[in-house]
Amino acid sequence: MSIALRRVQVTHSAACASPVQALAEINLEIAGGERVAIIGPSGAGKSTLLRLLATAQRPDSGTVELLQQQPWALGGGSLQKLRARIGLIQQAPPLPPRQRVVTAVAAGRAGQWSRCKSLLNLIYPLDVAGIHLVLGRLDLADKIFDRCDQLSGGQLQRAAIARTLYQQPELILADEPVSAMDPVLAEHTLALLNREAQQRSATLVVSLHNLELALRHFPRVIGLRRGRILFDRAAAEIGEGELELLYANEQLLAPQQSPLPQPPANRCC
Amino acid sequence: MPPNTSHDMSSTNAQTAQFRQRDPAAAPRLLLALTFLLLLWPGLHYSELDLSVLFDSDSSSAMGALLGNAWPPAHDQAFLELLWHSTLETLAIAIAGIALALPVALLAALLATRALSRAALHQNGSPALAGRLLRWPLRALLILLRSVPEIVWALLLVRAVGLGPSAGVLAIAISYSGMLGKVFMEIFESVDQRPARALVGAGAPRLMAFLYGILPNAAAEMLSYTVYRWECALRASVVMGFVGAGGLGQQLELSLRMFAGDEVLTILLVFLLLVLLADQLSRLLRKRLV
Amino acid sequence: MKRVPQTPRPPLRAAGILILLALMVAVVAAIRFLALDFSGVMEPVSLQQMREYFVQFLQPDLTASHLQAIGNAALETLGMSAIGTLLAAVFGVCLSLPAAGYFGRVAQHCARGLLNILRAIPELVWAALMVLAAGLGPNAGTLALALHTTGVLGRLFAETLENTPTGPADALRGSGGSRITAFCYGTLPTLWPQWLAYTLYRWENNIRMSSVLGFVGAGGLGQMLYIHLSLFQQAQAASVILTMLLLVFAVDSLSLWLRQRYLAR
Repeated sequence: MSIALRRVQVTHSAACASPVQALAEINLEIAGGERVAIIGPSGAGKSTLLRLLATAQRPDSGTVELLQQQPWALGGGSLQKLRARIGLIQQAPPLPPRQRVVTAVAAGRAGQWSRCKSLLNLIYPLDVAGIHLVLGRLDLADKIFDRCDQLSGGQLQRAAIARTLYQQPELILADEPVSAMDPVLAEHTLALLNREAQQRSATLVVSLHNLELALRHFPRVIGLRRGRILFDRAAAEIGEGELELLYANEQLLAPQQSPLPQPPANRCC
Repeated sequence: MPPNTSHDMSSTNAQTAQFRQRDPAAAPRLLLALTFLLLLWPGLHYSELDLSVLFDSDSSSAMGALLGNAWPPAHDQAFLELLWHSTLETLAIAIAGIALALPVALLAALLATRALSRAALHQNGSPALAGRLLRWPLRALLILLRSVPEIVWALLLVRAVGLGPSAGVLAIAISYSGMLGKVFMEIFESVDQRPARALVGAGAPRLMAFLYGILPNAAAEMLSYTVYRWECALRASVVMGFVGAGGLGQQLELSLRMFAGDEVLTILLVFLLLVLLADQLSRLLRKRLV
Repeated sequence: MKRVPQTPRPPLRAAGILILLALMVAVVAAIRFLALDFSGVMEPVSLQQMREYFVQFLQPDLTASHLQAIGNAALETLGMSAIGTLLAAVFGVCLSLPAAGYFGRVAQHCARGLLNILRAIPELVWAALMVLAAGLGPNAGTLALALHTTGVLGRLFAETLENTPTGPADALRGSGGSRITAFCYGTLPTLWPQWLAYTLYRWENNIRMSSVLGFVGAGGLGQMLYIHLSLFQQAQAASVILTMLLLVFAVDSLSLWLRQRYLAR
C-alpha cells in the first residue's frame, strides 16, 4: 500500500474568522504503482490533499501512512529521508529565477546526494548528462544552461516537472501540473508522467481541472467536493450524473480559479 | 481711506466678522514654533555654540599655525613613502575586517533566520517555539554588536590588543558582522520562500535548501550590500585611526598633533582620492552583480 | 524513436570567476600585509587579561553623581546634534541655491565643489580640526557636525531643487512676480516637506555620530567615555556605553515610530 489515509481531517483556522474544514473524514487507499487523478471544483480541497500526501500539511486528526511509514510519528531525520522518496510538482513552480535550469533540476536530488556532492554540484554541474536526458524528454534540452527567469510559464512548469522526475521518487504528486500549458503540450506532459510512473512502477497522484484529460489518462479518478470524497472509481465507470453532481452549482458560485501557490491557506481570508 | 458712514461700518464689520474666521493652521504652527524655540535654547546652551572661532584664525591660534604652513602640501620622499604605507594599511584593514565579518555574519544569519525552519513548512510559515526561543537571543546579539559604533569597539580593543591595525580589523569585524548579519537575515526572509520549502519538502537537508533555494535569489543583494559596507569600512578605518587603530587616521592624528599643516593637507587629499576610487570601484562591482 | 542526445558542456563563467579570484587575492594580500597574528592574543595569559578587562565592563557604575554627569553629557550630545544639524540646514539651503544653478554656472561649480569637500571629510576629522580651532568642548563638535552635514544636506537640497517641477514658479513669474516671490510661493511649498524629512533623517544620524565625536575632544558622551577609558575606569565607562546604546535605541525607535505614523500613509 503506497498511501493509506484513515479518518483524516484538516481544518484551516490560522488568521481566519471562521475555521474552514478543508478535508473532512477522508478515507483513502492507493496501492503502489496506481495512477490516480483527483478532480473537483476550486476550493474542494485538492491542493490540501496533495500537500497532505507530500507531508507539507499536518492533519488535525486521523492517521496518514505513506510508503508504509507514518510521517508524523517520525523524527526530523527520518522524515527527511521519507520526503526524499516523495516528489511534489507544485502548481506554481518553486524555482529561483536567478538559478540556471541545470542547477534547479539537480536540486531534486539534494535529499539523496551527500552534502559534499551537493556542494560541489553548486560550483560545477556534476550530472549534466542525466539532467540533459530528463530535460530532453520534456522538450527542454536546449534550455539546460539558461536561467530560470528566461523561461516562459509553461517551460518553467516543465522544468519543475523535470526536477521531480530527476528526483526519481516512489510517489509522484502533481498539483495542476499542466495549468500553464497549451492543450497539445498538456496532453504530451501527462502522457509522459504516466509513462514515467509505469516504467518505474511509481505511484502517481495528479490533481486536474480538466475532466477530459483526467478521464483519458488515468485508470482511477477521485471526485472531491467540499473536502469530502464524492466518488472514487475506475475512469470508465464514471457516469455523467456523478460529474454533474460534482460540479453542481459550483460553476456560478466558485471564484475564478486562482493561481495562488497554496490556495487553501489563503482562500478563506 | 474713504469716509465711512456708520451704516457702512457696521456692514463691513459684519463682513470682516465673517471672514475673520481664524486660520485653522495658526495655532499648531505657533505651538510648533514655540516648542522649537524652547528646545533650541537649551541646545544652544549645551552646545556652547560660538561661530566666531571660525573667523579669528590669526596666526597665534593653533588653527592659524596649521593653516599657515598648509601650502604647499607635503611631498618629500620619506613622508610620501610613509603615507603610501598608511594608505595600504587602511585598505588592508577594511578588506581584512570585512573578510572576517563575512563568515561570522553568514553563520549568524543562517542560524537566526526564520526562513529555514523545518516546522514552518507544515505550519503555514510559523516556526516552532523552540526554534523561536533559540533565534531570539542571537538576533539580540546581532543588534547589540551593530549598535555600539565601530569606533567605540576600536577604542575598547586598542586597550585590549594594543595599538595598531589589529584593533581596527577586529573592531570592523565585530560591528560589521552585526550589521551584515542582520541585513543578510532580513534578505533571507524577504526573498521567495517557496523554493526552499519545496526542497525541504523533497527531503533536502536545510543547508542544501538554503544553497539551492534561497541563495540564488539572495546572492546579488547580499554581495551588493557587502561591497557597500566595504566602502563604509574604508571610511571607518580612517576614522578609527584617530583612537590608535592604525592606517591613515593615525597618521593624520600625528600630523595634527605636530601642527604640520602641509602633511595634514596631503593626507586629506590622499584620503579624498581613496574614497573616490573606492566609490567608483564599488559602483562598478555592484553594476556587474545586479 | 529514441535518439541519444549529445550531452552539452556547461559554459564557463569567466568574468565571475576572475572577480572572485581577485577578491580572494585581495583578502589574502590584506591579511599578509597587516601581518595579522592573533596567536599572541590567543595565549592563555593574554586571554586571561582580556577576560579580566572585559569582565570589568559588566559592573557599570550607577551611582547618582556619575549618572548625573552622564545625563549632562547626554544632553550635551543631543544639543550638539540639534544645533549642528540646524546650522547645517541653514548653510545647506544657502549653498543649495547656487549648487542648483540659480546664480550661474561659475557659482554652481564652486558651490558643488565646496559641498563635495565638506561631505567627503568625515565628521571625526572635522572634529579634530575644529578642536584645534575652537578648543576642547562641545562647540568644536557642533561645528564639525555642522560642516559635514552642510555638505550632505546641501547636495540633497540641491538635488530636490533640480527635480522640482518648475511649472508653479514659472506661472508666478509669468504673472509678474519677482524671482523671490516665485521661489517662495511656487517652489518652496513642494520642497520644504522633503527638506524637513532630509534634515530630520540627518539629525537622527548626527545624534549617533555626536556621541563619538568626543573621542578627539569635542565634548559629549564620547569625551566622557574617552576620559574614563584612559583612566582605566571600566565601570564608569560601561555606564557611558550603556547610555550611548540607550540613546541610539531611543532615537531608532522614535524615528521608526514617526516614519510609520507619518510616512506610511
